[in-house]
Amino acid sequence: MSANISLTELVLVPVAPLVGAIVAGLFGKQIGRANAHRITILGVLISFVISAMTLSAVVYDGFHFSGTVYEWMNAGGLKMEVGFLIDGLTAMMMCVVTFVSLMVHVYTIGYMEEDPGYQRFFSYISLFTFSMLMLVMSNNFLQLFFGWEAVGLVSYLLIGFWFKKPSAVFANLKAFLVNRVGDFGFILGIGLIATYAHTLNYAEAFDAFTKPGGLATQGFGLGTDWMLITVTCICLFIGAMGKSAQFPLHVWLPDSMEGPTPISALIHAATMVTAGIFMVTRMSPLFELSDTALNVVLVIGSITALFMGFLGIIQNDIKRVVAYSTLSQLGYMTVALGLSAYPVAVFHLMTHAFFKALLFLAAGSVIMGMHHDQDIRNMGGLRKYMKITYWTSLIGSLALIGTPFFSGFYSKDSIIEAAHSSHLPGATFALWSVTIGVFVTAFYSFRMFFLVFHGEERFRNPPFPAAAEEPAPELEEDDAHGDHGHAHAHAAHSHDDHAHDAHGHGHDDHGHGHDHEPHESPLVVTGPLVLLAIPSAVIGGWTIKSMLYGGFFGSSIFYNSEKHAAMEELAKDFNEAGGAVGMGLHAFTSLPFLLALAGVVLSYVMYIVKPSLSDTAAKIFAPITKVLENKYYFDWFNENVLAAGARLLGRGLWKGGDQGLIDGLFVNGSARLVGAVAGVVRLVQTGHLYWYALVMILGVFGLMTWQLWPYFQTIAH
Amino acid sequence: MNFSDITLPHYLTLGGILFALSVIGIFLNRRNLIVLLMAIELMLLAVNMNFIAFSHYLGDMGGQVFVFFILTVAAAESAIGLAILVVLFRNRATIAADELDALKG
Repeated sequence: MSANISLTELVLVPVAPLVGAIVAGLFGKQIGRANAHRITILGVLISFVISAMTLSAVVYDGFHFSGTVYEWMNAGGLKMEVGFLIDGLTAMMMCVVTFVSLMVHVYTIGYMEEDPGYQRFFSYISLFTFSMLMLVMSNNFLQLFFGWEAVGLVSYLLIGFWFKKPSAVFANLKAFLVNRVGDFGFILGIGLIATYAHTLNYAEAFDAFTKPGGLATQGFGLGTDWMLITVTCICLFIGAMGKSAQFPLHVWLPDSMEGPTPISALIHAATMVTAGIFMVTRMSPLFELSDTALNVVLVIGSITALFMGFLGIIQNDIKRVVAYSTLSQLGYMTVALGLSAYPVAVFHLMTHAFFKALLFLAAGSVIMGMHHDQDIRNMGGLRKYMKITYWTSLIGSLALIGTPFFSGFYSKDSIIEAAHSSHLPGATFALWSVTIGVFVTAFYSFRMFFLVFHGEERFRNPPFPAAAEEPAPELEEDDAHGDHGHAHAHAAHSHDDHAHDAHGHGHDDHGHGHDHEPHESPLVVTGPLVLLAIPSAVIGGWTIKSMLYGGFFGSSIFYNSEKHAAMEELAKDFNEAGGAVGMGLHAFTSLPFLLALAGVVLSYVMYIVKPSLSDTAAKIFAPITKVLENKYYFDWFNENVLAAGARLLGRGLWKGGDQGLIDGLFVNGSARLVGAVAGVVRLVQTGHLYWYALVMILGVFGLMTWQLWPYFQTIAH
Repeated sequence: MNFSDITLPHYLTLGGILFALSVIGIFLNRRNLIVLLMAIELMLLAVNMNFIAFSHYLGDMGGQVFVFFILTVAAAESAIGLAILVVLFRNRATIAADELDALKG
């Protein structure tokens, strides 16, 4: 591999998927289904190969790149550019994004096989890959924001991919709106940086804040005693909260499961939702300056890690269980950020990307095997029928709960250790949250695992014969979206077909429903599972030393080790334990492992040994279950307080402001005034000639009187 | 009463009375456009009267030359006015001034 990566190659990384997306999206009908997936996979493959080369160059040759690719404009000294910053952090993210994306592309061939929106789907996921790469490779805030919004847009498009399903449309709108809230904070943060640092470039902005006598000590003003840096960081973090689904902006992520499973894996688990974590890590020089901001990050992360985990326990939709576990794991990463253990956060991001993508794709495989039934209460005993899915899911679940030697263990245990060593005010709460979170994670993960793969084979006679969550894709959309006449004809057909669908017959061409046996998925589905299972198992132990303690990130992450000693302490412990293996061995006696074990055992007892226990537990904890089932009433609160308040405000502005003041007073009011004046004045216009003559004469008379008045006066005297 | 007893003010007064009559004729006439035309003619005659009176008493013949021109133009104007009236009557079947209010907004 070459020691240096040329700029052309770097540009190719985001551009290759973009070309694939454009070709598959605009010419999908002409090139056909097979060519659509070939070209997009080729694009992502090119990206992945160059990303891998870049990573290798960074690791072995110390490759570093920072520069402008294209200057868009220069407005008032504010340079707006497209630029790349390639260092350890970026190279790692590029590899994760392109690898998971590649796996998902391949997987999609099998998963979306019968969907008429096949080309559109490939176009979207390639477009997502492009957006995400632009986001991670950026060297300036503007491009970061571009990527940020672009991934949000693609996420919106993909959640609502089955746009004829009302719940999907609702979910994508919700995701978009909640993300707007976060993005509002994010753009305020960028605005503050642009205003005070007069630059959008990362390095220059960090320098403006960190240099002696820089902006680090500047107050925010406006009659507050806040620090500028604190406000900026919290604004930026609000953006991260939206994108990374942190409490209280987490509400969109579970609903985003309405989208097809491959994108749940790619976007809503492995990559896009980690954009917030990545961004905060990128901004580490700024966050290090504000303890207050770090505390906020820490507490928000802790709340998310623990309380979203609880929700996973009572979910019955296979994808939602995984979605809540994603929320909880994102909380873990955020905790690590708050503890100034940025490398640990990114490390967990990476391991999580692999095992969570794996779990989602495995869940998708199960859904395919179950003919698009997603209720885990209807599954059971699938181990016999789906061997590969079973084993890969097991690896994914073990990694997720932090079993020693699996990748998730190294990252998660490091986070818990970091929480031990922090002195921030929120650290105690964080420690409790992440420690209890281990038990909760183990419990819900293996509850799902046991319900799906072990125990009684309930699918022959489903106890909860709900309508299929994912509608039979082939009925959803016409192949050519340009051709409206055709689409209408299909829509009429699909209506009839849906009547059949109520019985759960997902695949007409399979010609069987629930009462038939589940089947293992094709190779294009199981292949990615296996390829993801390998890093899920080994990448943690393999890379922990270099990533966390080997200076892999170098200058890309900054932490103030005097104030926040988390990384130092971790390194000390790591070396004392004797490296990755020692850390794994050491863990067997530690509290997190015992908690995880307890969670697994408890779920085994409750769902396999004595299933009646779970009903009893549900009865005992009925009030808690009710709260959990309503997701802590967040949706209720948002719907009835925030949304209703916004609607009330909107109605007030609409009725009072727009219709009353603007339309009523200004627009129609001025017209009415003219009308009223004209109504009086028009009385003068009789149309009769003699009137005009009279007025003329009176006018002349008046004019003459006025002009000659002085003369009359001289005569009078 | 001698001719020389009639002084300029008398003529001017006559002119004024004629003018006032014609103005009143214009205003009060609601029925007939021909009367309106006649009133305008009368107005011109009142003006002519002033011209001649001034011309005579100031000894300047220019005023009387003016009167010739005015009379000629007034005749032509009456002819055109009557012609327009005929066309108007053909179109509207009336020449009542009250009913001709197309100018009304």
